[in-house]
Formats: sequence, C-alpha cells, structure tokens
Amino acid sequence: MSDTAVNHYVSELHRLQKEMGCDNLARLREAAIGRFQSQGFPSTRQENWKYTDVRPLTRMPFSLPETGMVADHEAWLNEARLPGLDCHELVFVNGRFSAELSRTDGLPEYVVLKNLAVALEEDRTLIESLIGEDNADSNPFNTLNTAFILDGVLLSVPTDCIIDIPVHLIYLSGFSDEGFAAHPRNIIALEANASVTVIENYVGADNSRYFTNTVTDAFLQENSSLTHYKLQQEGRGSYHIGNFNILQAASSRVYSHSISLGGSLVRNDIHAELKAEGAEIALQGLYMGTGKQHIDNHTRIDHLSPSTQSRENYRGVLNDQARGVFNGKVVVHKDAQKTDAAQSNANLLLSDFAEVDTKPELEIYADDVKCSHGTTVGQLDQDMLFYLRSRAIDEETARSILTYAFAEEIITQIDLQPVREYLEYRVIGRLPDADLIKEFTV
Amino acid sequence: MATKTHDVETLVKKEYEHGFFTDIESDTVAPGLNEDVIAFISRKKNEPDWLLEWRLKAYRHWLEMEEPRWAHVHYPPIDFQDISYYSAPKTKQDGPKSLDEVDPKLLETYEKLGIPLHEQKLLAGVAVDAVFDSVSVATTFKEKLADAGVIFCSFSEAVQEHPELVRQYLGSVVPAADNFYAALNSAVFTDGSFCYIPKNTRCPMELSTYFRINASKTGQFERTLIVADEGSYVSYLEGCTAPMRDENQLHAAVVELVALDNASIKYSTVQNWYPGDEEGKGGIYNFVTKRGDCRGVNSRISWTQVETGSAITWKYPSCLLKGDNSVGEFYSVAVTNNYQQADTGTKMIHIGKNTRSTIISKGISAGHAENAYRGLVRITAKAENARNYTQCDSLLMGDKCGAHTFPYIEAKNASAQVEHEATTSKIGDDQLFYCMQRGISEEDAVNMIVNGFCKEVFKELPMEFAVEAQKLLGVTLEGAVG
Repeated sequence: MSDTAVNHYVSELHRLQKEMGCDNLARLREAAIGRFQSQGFPSTRQENWKYTDVRPLTRMPFSLPETGMVADHEAWLNEARLPGLDCHELVFVNGRFSAELSRTDGLPEYVVLKNLAVALEEDRTLIESLIGEDNADSNPFNTLNTAFILDGVLLSVPTDCIIDIPVHLIYLSGFSDEGFAAHPRNIIALEANASVTVIENYVGADNSRYFTNTVTDAFLQENSSLTHYKLQQEGRGSYHIGNFNILQAASSRVYSHSISLGGSLVRNDIHAELKAEGAEIALQGLYMGTGKQHIDNHTRIDHLSPSTQSRENYRGVLNDQARGVFNGKVVVHKDAQKTDAAQSNANLLLSDFAEVDTKPELEIYADDVKCSHGTTVGQLDQDMLFYLRSRAIDEETARSILTYAFAEEIITQIDLQPVREYLEYRVIGRLPDADLIKEFTV
Repeated sequence: MATKTHDVETLVKKEYEHGFFTDIESDTVAPGLNEDVIAFISRKKNEPDWLLEWRLKAYRHWLEMEEPRWAHVHYPPIDFQDISYYSAPKTKQDGPKSLDEVDPKLLETYEKLGIPLHEQKLLAGVAVDAVFDSVSVATTFKEKLADAGVIFCSFSEAVQEHPELVRQYLGSVVPAADNFYAALNSAVFTDGSFCYIPKNTRCPMELSTYFRINASKTGQFERTLIVADEGSYVSYLEGCTAPMRDENQLHAAVVELVALDNASIKYSTVQNWYPGDEEGKGGIYNFVTKRGDCRGVNSRISWTQVETGSAITWKYPSCLLKGDNSVGEFYSVAVTNNYQQADTGTKMIHIGKNTRSTIISKGISAGHAENAYRGLVRITAKAENARNYTQCDSLLMGDKCGAHTFPYIEAKNASAQVEHEATTSKIGDDQLFYCMQRGISEEDAVNMIVNGFCKEVFKELPMEFAVEAQKLLGVTLEGAVG
C-alpha cells in the first residue's frame, strides 16, 4: 500500500516536471525522487517513527495544487496576521506563492527575500550549493520535499546586516478541492554577524484534507543570529510534516520557538548541527492536542565542536484522545569538550484517553561535558485546584487557568510582543471558559 | 573502602584476578545446534516429555527469529553452530550428597574465588547453590530451608522433584518465544536455580548462587525461576566470576520471578565476568532476559545489580506490575572500562492500580567503553494512580568513552505521574583537588568519589555484597584516571 503511495509521488513528479519549470533543477528533483523511492515512507518499525504512523497520509493521493487565487483570502489573511506586528510579509496560498498578497517593500537592496521559484530562475548556483549541503536527507519527507522543490522563500542576509523588522511567512491552505499537497522549501542564509527574525505561520481550513510537507534550511555563518517562530495552526483535517535543518558556524545563535496547535497528524523535526566553537541554540516548544490530534516533535542537536551550548524546553498539553510524542536527542561528539546541554520536557495529561510518549536521549562521546535532561508526565496540581476552588472559582475555570499557566511558561519566553500576545489569545481561546481566564491572566 | 594497592602502574597492568582454569573432564557435546542436541540435553537431564516439547517449540520459534540489532553495542556475528550446548562435570553421575563427595578440584576453584563453601556453612547463614558450568554440584543448608518449607535447588532437580510447580510457572513470565536469546535459552538451557517460598513464609536466610563459566567454548544457558507465594519474602543473591579466556563466550540466561499477593522478592546481582583484555579481546557476551511479575496485590519486586564485568552486557531486569498496589524497583550500577560495552536498564510496565516504580541507574564509563541506559516506563490505560520516578546519572572518565541515555516513557492514563531525570558529567576537578589536598592519593580519591556516586544503589545491596561491589568497582576502574 505504501508502495502505491510512493509510486504516486513518482508519477506526479514526472507529470509535473515540465510544468514546474526551472530545468536546471530537473536533475536535482530526479535524484531526490530516486532516493525517496528507495527510502519509501517510514514505518513504525523504524526507531524514529516508532510512535507515529504515517499510513493515513499514504492512503490519499495528494497532488500539487493548481496555481491561482482563492476567494475570501482577505478574511483568512486577517486571521493569520499578528496584530501590531510590523513585518515583511510573504504569502503562500495552497503552497503556491502569491505575489499580489505579499509585501516586502522597505527591505535594504542587498538583502534577498523572494520566492524560491523566482530565485531559482535567477541564480541557480547559489541554491544548488545550498541544497547540495542539505544533510537531513535521511528523512524521507525531506527528500520528498526536495523532489518537488519550487515555491518557498529564499532569505539571504549579507555580512553585518541586522534586519530589525521580522519576516513573516504566511501559508494559507485548504481553500481548494480536497487532496492537495504543498512542499514549501525555505532557505535562510545568514552571513557573518547578520541577524534576522523569521515567523512561519501555517493557517488552514478545518474542513479540508490536505498535506503540508515543509522544509526550512538555515545556514548561519560566524556570529550570526536567527530567531525563528513556527506557528502551526493547520486545519483539523490536515497532515503537517515539517523539517527544520540548521547548520551553525562559530558563535552563531539560534532561538527557535515551535508552537503546534492544529493539524490531525503533525510531525515536526528539528535537526541542528553546532559545527564550530561557541555556537548556541535554544529550542522552545509547545504542543496542545485535543480531539484525535497526533502531534509529534522530534529534535536532534549535534554538538560537533567544543564549547557549544544547547537549551531545550518543550511542553505538551494533551486532552481528549490526543496523542503527544516527544523525542529529544542530544549527541555530544568526540572532542566536543565543554559542551553544555540541558533539556526538559513536561507533559500534562488531562484525559484517560490521551497518550504521551516521550523519549529524551543523550549520546555522549566526550568527558568534560555538562549534560542533563528531565521529563515528566503529570496532571494539574490538586492543591492548586483546591486553592482556586476555595476562592469560588468553578472547577472548569480553575482547570483552564492552571492549564494555561502550564503552557504560559513557553509563551513568556517569546520576546516579540505581538507574537506573544497573539499566542496568548490563541492558547486561551482553546480552553474552556476562555473569557473568564482572560480576566485572570491579562 | 578503597583498594590498598597504590602503585598505579602495577594496577593498570594487573591481570584479571580470577583468571585461571580448572581442568575437569567435561561431558561435552559437540558444537552445533539442532533438534537432536536439544533431545540429547533433555534425555541427559531425564526430563518429562512436556518439557522436551516446550524446548522444541522454543527452538522452532527461535529458528524464525532474527538476532536483535537495536542495542547500542557492536560485536562480530555469533556463530550459534560453533557453540557446544552441553557440558557437565563428570561428578554429576555420582550425585554428591555432601561436600566430602564433591570433586576436590571444584572445591579448589571455589577457594580461589573466595567462596569457601565449608566456611560459608558457618557464615552469616548464606546457603549456596553453586553452579559449576551447567550442573549444580553442591547445595548447602538444605535442611534448614526444608524446615521452613522453602524449596531451593538446582533447576534439573526441581524438574524431577517438583514438576507441577515448574510446569505451572516456567515461561509464565518470560514466554519461550519472548525474544531471540530467551527463545534460545528456552530451547537449550541446561540448569539453573529454582526457588519456591510457601505462603506466609519469610525465607530464613539469604539465598545465593555463584555462577562460574568453565570449559572452553561452552555457552551458558541458565534458567532461574523464583516463586514467592502469598505473603512470603525472599532475598536472592547472584554473583559471578569467570576464568580468563581468549574466545568470546555467549551467556544467555533467563531469570523469572513471580510474586503473588503480598509477596516480596529482592534480587541482587554482582556480575564480574571476564571483560576481555585491555585491547578488548575476549570477554563474555552477557545477553540476559530478567523479568519479574508482580502478579498479586501489594506485591513487590526489587532488582539491584552491580555490573562490572563482561565484554558486552545487555540486560533489562524488568517488572510487570499487574497486581494493584504492587511496587517495582530497579537499582543499578554499571561500570565499563577498556573496550567494554553495556546496554542496560529496565522496563516498568504499570498495569494494576496504584502501582509504583523507582529506577535509579548509575553508569560509569572509562577507557574506550560504551555505557548506555535504556529503559521503558509504560503506564497502561487502566493503571490508575501509577507513579514512577527515574534517575539516571552517568559519569565519564576519559575522553574516548561514551555514555548514553535512552529512556522511553509511554503514559496512557491521566492520573499517571512520571518523572525522569538524567545527568552526565565527569569527576569534578575541585572534588579531586579537595581530597588530594588532604593527603588522599588520586586513585583513592577517585574511588571515594565513585563510591559516593553509587551509594544510592550500594545501600540496597545485602551487606556482604555491598563490600564486594565496592571492591569490584575499585578493581574495574583501576588506572582509569591519572
């Protein structure tokens, strides 16, 4: 069955190769689909996919969407925009870039921010060199994305350039017939001392079944800094697979915030390689599952050089029949002395039908290191509930307040105020008695 | 506490203390495995038909199974046809009834190992069921145990004398086809220990088995079955040493524990098999399946292990917490040096209500060794109010070794409380400095710090074992720092 699905994507590529254009990428795509064919879709027998079964995703033959606009986009765009955020905005509808809806004016000329398809036409060498460096091909979905490479973002920030205004990438999906797949590919290249903030915002319609397979590659040169937000609010019928690959040079810094609220089957992979001394990464994550959602977060941090640092903090709230999966792997390679790595994963299990599978991993081959991880699965504190109840707050509201307080630890870490407020609003909105909690918290 | 030898140079070069070879004419079957060999073993042991059938069923399963490769260990493929599956000291036919009848050479071996049987008779009340190669040769304190109604004998004896108990419980915790090595063991196991504690009985002494691998090219396939009936208590000690040898030896034991209502089993292990030389040549492959079944309400099973030997250790003493209010515990110290590899941990499967489990694991890695903790805590949907606490600490000595943690946590009940913590670090320079500044040699200081690191586990061991364990730790880590 899975073979049929693989073959479907192979024939899709052959059908669309011409349409997609960019002849110089044909070879890259062909090679990728070849690799994908030999990899196939992952099965739960593979360690990395032990808790996530992608078979539902393979049962439906997703096709690339037609280009073109959708009606009613303004309302959705307003939904996705972050109030009070001054930003450069690129909009993708059903995975295809929409120049009309995007606005990037005011960017310095020497900064490249454009749709990947356009960039591919203009400068093949740059992109091929960047994609050639892609090292996460062991993930079949990453390979599949490369096979359909076309739309997405190329953001290239030259040396010493600090972009103050965040770049907001909005992916609106689910406004067409059922069964389309989008494979957005984003490439973020930061030269030495460059700095930028990128927000990836995935918003979708609940009544549509579609497949988003996104890949973001970030290349950080010396002393550069990337703040990255991923807000995953896909429609409830959608499949979302995301790969975020990071390569870090000396003293570069990455601050990643990954918030997963939507989708029916969600898998987020982050793979960071700290390749030179002084590189630092901080990963924050929040996943909230209700209904039958399945949300899987996999992270892998490779400490390849001495004196590198990583911090990781993921929190999950699982209700109804939702399932949360967390796998955080930290590998300290030989000679990566003075590595400092700390990781924490906390889960709130609110229903007897919900499930949490968590696996923090440490693989250490150097001795002068400081590494730790901790993980918990638990419930709301009875004493705290009692405290609130004794002050005449009804049980449901009390539970909502405490649940929000649990999630808030990740949200408060967000420096960018409009993003933080937007998320506070979104997270509270998901809880019972939302209006009441707002009174308590705001 | 620390070893008295201070010359680091000689310590580093010191050869394995227990490396010697006693020449006893073995009744050994030619290497190879097929149904005939299994029938031969079964006939040799004068086993009932159902047991032979059981063995053959396990064997047929085994043929279809694949050798597991997921553990974080590396070794050349094992040729299962190159192993002799049966080896018994000649004395077996005569069936020694007391120490006087035991082959003096055997006794000599034990003497060298520091297990003087006749002295132990007088000592702190430890009965020893000594397994030399595959057949038990001496059992002490039988009478005293018999008075209490406790059955403690070799497995083959149990098959003869208590077939109904064996049949009832054998394979009920670790099924014959549980995993590759358990299936192999089920097909070819030669002997082991059997223990049954009757209702409402507190076993009057600590039970102990010393294993010893002898006779070249003989894999050891022990089978241990301990049943604690309602309201009973037993503490069981297992300790091992092995002679020096060049060839890798496979050891695939199976240990099954059954605790019925209100019963409690404490199982302690000190494992010190030959770890291979400094280049990683030779050494024992220790692929063991150990599992305890807390079948009754309020039952408790506690595993304590000190793993210092073996070229490769691969074992996960586990607890199935089926009974309501049952308790599972796992305390482990795993030390690896030179080219040793250890992938060890536990599984705590919470099934009953109000079940609790505690996991304390300490890994120490030195030289070129690899040390991994791999554990699973599963809270099933019906396990109301389950509670787990896990702590895994790793200590690294030297920059060529590895320490890894792979904890799996699966929670399906909203009343579950699961906590896992892990840290990895090296011995702090300031700690060392503090000790040395007070006139303690570096080697002793390291020993002290390591012992402190492992204290939580050592305090779970019975007295004699705790002392032995500390000594072993010192010997294993000799020359690792300095």
